[in-house]
Amino acid sequence: MDIKDIIKPENRVYGKTPLLTDNVMHYCPGCSHGTVHKLIAEVIDEMGIQEQTIGVSPVGCSVFAYNYLDIDWQQAAHGRAPALATATKRLHPEKYVFTYQGDGDLASIGTAEIMHACNRGENIVVIFINNAIYGMTGGQMAPTTLIGMKTATTPYGRDPKLHGNPLKITELIAQLDGTCFVTRQSVHNPGNVRKAKKAIRKAFENSMMDKGTSFVEIVGTCNSGWKLSPVQSNEWMVENMFPKYPLGDIKDI
Amino acid sequence: MAEKILMKGNEAIAHAAIRCGCDGYFGYPITPQSEVMETLMEEKPWETTGMVVLQAESETSSINMLYGGACCAKKVMTSSSSPGISLMCEGISYLAGAELPCLVVNVVRGGPGLGTIQPGQGDYFQAVKGGGHGDYKTIVLAPSSAQEMYDFVDLSFELAFKYRTPAMILADGIVGQMMETVELRPIKPRISNEEIIAKYPWATTGKPQNRKQNVITSLAMDAAVHEKLNQNLQEKYKIMERDEVRFETVNCEDAEHLIIAYGCMARICESTVEQARKEGIKVGLLRPITLFPFPTNEIKRLVPQLKTIMSVELSAGQMVEDIRLAVNGKVPVNFFGRLGGIVPSPEEVLDAFKQSISK
Repeated sequence: MDIKDIIKPENRVYGKTPLLTDNVMHYCPGCSHGTVHKLIAEVIDEMGIQEQTIGVSPVGCSVFAYNYLDIDWQQAAHGRAPALATATKRLHPEKYVFTYQGDGDLASIGTAEIMHACNRGENIVVIFINNAIYGMTGGQMAPTTLIGMKTATTPYGRDPKLHGNPLKITELIAQLDGTCFVTRQSVHNPGNVRKAKKAIRKAFENSMMDKGTSFVEIVGTCNSGWKLSPVQSNEWMVENMFPKYPLGDIKDI
Repeated sequence: MAEKILMKGNEAIAHAAIRCGCDGYFGYPITPQSEVMETLMEEKPWETTGMVVLQAESETSSINMLYGGACCAKKVMTSSSSPGISLMCEGISYLAGAELPCLVVNVVRGGPGLGTIQPGQGDYFQAVKGGGHGDYKTIVLAPSSAQEMYDFVDLSFELAFKYRTPAMILADGIVGQMMETVELRPIKPRISNEEIIAKYPWATTGKPQNRKQNVITSLAMDAAVHEKLNQNLQEKYKIMERDEVRFETVNCEDAEHLIIAYGCMARICESTVEQARKEGIKVGLLRPITLFPFPTNEIKRLVPQLKTIMSVELSAGQMVEDIRLAVNGKVPVNFFGRLGGIVPSPEEVLDAFKQSISK
């Protein structure tokens, strides 16, 4: 059998979704953003909702998400994505509207916007990437940085007396009456990638059911910020991040 | 005959918004303009025109809701007062940078800081020089009556969409709170989503297969691209300066002296001019209606016939700087202002004016 006999549409088991552009990603090798982008692109593609979807990108590493997902995008000011999404969804209830935010954007500067959008129960999807560090600005402390973790602004490790405590914002969000689905996922191995994709799809489906806000946290790696290799980062995440930020559904109604 | 209703300036803003086809209002309560959102909530336009009205958690959130709505080329607006506008300045800069149309109403109170809830005009610099970071301007309209509060809502949206820029109505506590009869204009329906797609191809309306994605951003990492974006903005402002200057003059034909005032102070100065004329002083009034673009050329045109100019403001002297730039030292430019929310009477202005011309 020749290779040409094998490369046929009917033999194809996996293909890159056309929603993911061919632009070379600016993310560091090993970063979780690329995987999560791919999952969102696949979900939008599989649901056939490209024309009905509007994304809101944050400030941080994923500010350029619009270069990789071939949909209409609004690029928000730091932390304000949920405010943009609120107005967009209310003015376009027939659209799927999602925000894509990192931990600095969502859990620090944008705390008010995310809490109130979720509390109002806006029918939007929030994808929250928690890698416990500010990637774009060069590895400073994030609200989710673990105790003892070294960053550019906690060079001797995060000390709660000096720098405050890690913020489990997802648990706070789950307390709000406006949220219908709050979950924490990861994308460090194939099994978890599949689970994360399922969660993202559910969140998108929820947003058309008038159930309230769906919030998907992805605990991710930032190997450049953590100063570890991609493989070491995954191991470090499992050992250190998951105990503080355990995976699984926190709320599903 | 057109319907006339007695209402506050702030209420006029709300009625005008509903009747001119506004798609969304997002705001946060602050004195002296809370009647805007209160009136909208009372009127329930979501049941009639489908207009969205939402009380946001902060002014920061309100202005960013405008950013989201404006990305979809919806007619969106907010209203606030001085401290709230300061919070919004970040967002206004983003809206200007991303070339998005919207309307921001500032019913100015006294500052700085929490200041006072009494009227003021101390936000002139913030409004006409940008306010937030970066090189940008907003179109600024200064109403001096409840009727203009009403009329400038539609006009602001027209200009905002024409130039893809934020527009601001810079009112003050007096114009917002005083009651006058307002003539209601014919109703304009809201624009449909299909019309938006046809008219505003840049909007984030969802990407169909047959067009490129629309991305709204104020970010440009390439220095050459970013410089070009800035140059385009400056070009736009030049066109506004050429085409959109609006002002009103009273008794200027034979004037030897000129009083320049806007908003509530223009109303007061009209009485001052009337009284001075009775005393035989040849004085006229220039009322800038657009503060940006400023009626620089009209002032220049009047300069040769003038002996003095006086700027009258509820501030420590802000618009007076733009007047001095226009006059370029050719005649003395004097200033009279009150602060703290104190509004001078026409007689007090007249005394100050007479003193200024006898110097």
